[in-house]
Amino acid sequence: MTAPVTLTGLNHWFGTYHALRQIELSIEAGEYVTLLGPSGCGKTTLLSVLGGFVQPDEGRVMIGTQDMARVAPAKRPTTTVFQDYALFPHMSLRDNVGFGLRMAGQGRRARHAKAEEMLDLVGLAQAASKRPHELSGGQRQRVALARALAVEPEVLLLDEPLGALDLALRRQMQDELKQIQRRVGTTFVHVTHDQEEAMAIADRIVVMNAGRIEDEGTPQRIYRQPRSLFAAGFMGEMNQIAAMGTGAALETPLGTLPVAASGPQTLCLRPEALGTTGSLPLGTAVVKDAAFFGTHCRAHLAPEAAPEVILTAHLPPGDVPPPGTRIALAVAPEDLTVFPA
Amino acid sequence: MSLSRDTLRGWGFTAPALIWTLAFFVVPFLVMAAMSLATLEGRTLVWGLHADNYRELLEKRYLWRAVVVSLQITLTVTAVSVALAYPLAWIIAFRVPKRWQRLALLLAILPFWTSYVVRSYAWLTVLSKEGVVNQVLLSLHLIAEPITLANTRFATVTGFVHFFTMLLTLTIFANLIQLPPNYRRAAMDLGASAFQTFRHVVLPLTLPGIVTGAFLTFVLCIGDYITPQILGGNTELTVPQVIMVQLGRRADFPLAAALAIVLMGLVTLAYLACARWLRLDRI
Amino acid sequence: MKALPWIFLAAMGVFIYLPVGALVLFSFQGGTLPVPPFNGPSFQWYADILGDRDLMAALGHSMLVGLGSSAVATLLGFTAAYGLARHHLPGTTLMRAMLIAPLCVSYLIIGLGLLIMVQRLGLGLGLSLGTAGIGHVVINLPLCFSIIYASMGAQQLSAERAARDLGATEAKVVLLITVPMLLPAIAAAFFLSFTLSWDEFIISFLLTRFDVTLPVEIWSMLRSGLSPRLNAIGSLVFLVSVVVVLAMETLLFGKRK
Repeated sequence: MTAPVTLTGLNHWFGTYHALRQIELSIEAGEYVTLLGPSGCGKTTLLSVLGGFVQPDEGRVMIGTQDMARVAPAKRPTTTVFQDYALFPHMSLRDNVGFGLRMAGQGRRARHAKAEEMLDLVGLAQAASKRPHELSGGQRQRVALARALAVEPEVLLLDEPLGALDLALRRQMQDELKQIQRRVGTTFVHVTHDQEEAMAIADRIVVMNAGRIEDEGTPQRIYRQPRSLFAAGFMGEMNQIAAMGTGAALETPLGTLPVAASGPQTLCLRPEALGTTGSLPLGTAVVKDAAFFGTHCRAHLAPEAAPEVILTAHLPPGDVPPPGTRIALAVAPEDLTVFPA
Repeated sequence: MSLSRDTLRGWGFTAPALIWTLAFFVVPFLVMAAMSLATLEGRTLVWGLHADNYRELLEKRYLWRAVVVSLQITLTVTAVSVALAYPLAWIIAFRVPKRWQRLALLLAILPFWTSYVVRSYAWLTVLSKEGVVNQVLLSLHLIAEPITLANTRFATVTGFVHFFTMLLTLTIFANLIQLPPNYRRAAMDLGASAFQTFRHVVLPLTLPGIVTGAFLTFVLCIGDYITPQILGGNTELTVPQVIMVQLGRRADFPLAAALAIVLMGLVTLAYLACARWLRLDRI
Repeated sequence: MKALPWIFLAAMGVFIYLPVGALVLFSFQGGTLPVPPFNGPSFQWYADILGDRDLMAALGHSMLVGLGSSAVATLLGFTAAYGLARHHLPGTTLMRAMLIAPLCVSYLIIGLGLLIMVQRLGLGLGLSLGTAGIGHVVINLPLCFSIIYASMGAQQLSAERAARDLGATEAKVVLLITVPMLLPAIAAAFFLSFTLSWDEFIISFLLTRFDVTLPVEIWSMLRSGLSPRLNAIGSLVFLVSVVVVLAMETLLFGKRK
């Protein structure tokens, strides 16, 4: 029960607001894709278009080999896990999970068996007779997942499914979601604004901003070599340094770097890429302050060549350097990314 | 037992309203209950524990008939009003575009604010032999001669339904709009048709609101004097009308009080019947 | 099928507006009967009612009873809500039940009880506008109490605590924090009480004698049969109510967006 999804030439307006701009996206059958972006970027609208709750003004929505753009939610091979779970408060978990099968006309015994099987999949087999209000947030989330999977959709849509959970539970549920997706093999499309969550579960991340797709690819690729300045900044903390390209090289306050570019540029460096071991020297810098973070030591550095540029660096967690310490900075050339300013 | 300052102050704030309710609601009610057990000897009132009034109620046809008429009218009105108000509230809540919603609701219940006496009177003019309804039916050749609409139970029910449909539309709308929209989306997403979504999700979840509104309708309708008096034309009397007859012409306060107690009893029965769903603190 | 909801909506519109439309239209009737055919417009009936001393006196009485009883009901409703929401009292549930109880009792029964008490026990209260006002407070107090009690949330509680923490006495807290924060609910309670009292018939009918309120006056006019005068006064009352409702709508709900 899985199908590929192809979106072509998708445009949508809310009044005069251009919510989706010329979206082109292909999702393979059985893939786990996250739509990542800040609130208002269009990711939830895109998910609603997939689920059939919003009819796009322009474009095609292919699920499998069928254009779904004008098909009602009830008739689509998609189901949604809602942000607020939308569990029916007047029904037991068994009836909640069996709801879709009941609508499809399945008999009581068959749908109860299937509902219990799905509750078992999410570890709630014992609670089948309970009502949603008796459950914790994480348990409700699981029931919502079981309910959406019970009708064996080809594509499962998840709208910020972990948004209401606390951090520890969110990390745990991320692992479980991934495992369940592997087991059922359904295509998962998951909306989130949390880039760590996106990296933790996705086969592929689609970064969105202002109705556009900014970048798409594996988590590693998007984190290390983002294709846009927005994607670079959204995926994690980034030092951004104004620079000027001269054709063959890049003039920066930290010196001239062997990067081909011309015109005003923004040089991007992740804090953990800044260190002392890379092959490309960046001059010396003075430690302004530093703090111990367990896995690393977070420091603010002022390069001697340009003291007004403050860099954030994640140094090895060994010794916390006292303020005033001088450090010879270096980076690996592949960790440099440059975007036209 | 020592009273804390906090408790004393709390009493200070709460006492005036409690005393008012006690003095002008509870005490009069008890006096009335006592009065229902009093009896008239000639024109003088004799207090005591007499069951005369209640016996009279069972024996005299025009008295118990009034109870039956009141119940028939009230139950009809409640059922018809809910049946009209629910779809109306549904359409306003889910079919009318968001930006027109408040306006649509306001328009749907605006005539609610006409004076209660005037509204019944207006129905009388509309339903009278020369009234608008007869004129329209005549000009459409649906009827050959004016039909009697005013001064009938039909007129009473129509007047009531008009009023309570607006009241119920308001309460049911408030219930529908409070329902998280994702419940309906989730149901449709899982393959439910519009009717199935209504039947399995929206209706069960709005039932407390409907029952509360229906109970309110029952209470207000069964105790109303104006509408049957103006529109019903004295062809059959309801309990409030009989009470007013006792008060006026006959000055039989004990019997009037007994009838009022019976009215209370009917309301209590209705309350017990729907207590499971009632949310009176959330009207 | 698609058109069905709109057909129903239109039919309901006709049903809901039929009596009001007829009422207003025939208030401009040229003849002496408020039924078709319409020959107007004529303002003679408006001139007639505005010149009617009794009617205008009744209108004044209704205003007086409405404003007075609503003010008392709102005040009592507020203090009771504050006392029950902010202080720990034994038997809170019971007291709330008692305060809300009149809501479940027919106006006729409340009026009858008061009538019997006033007439048979005397108590120094005669039948007057004041007695009717007392009855109106009884019916409106539960509404005022529930509206204000329901709006006393945690948000006000922390603001009240903060004020007390900064040294305000309880009276100051109530006047400077609670009342201003609850003003929308208090105003809603007041307006609702006023419209209900303004329109109330049976209690006023039972408890007033010489000075009567507007609905009672209209009632006695009704005994002389159908007349465009009644349409005119009805339209005027409707206009007043609509203005109050629209004012409430824009004042209280307009801002919340």
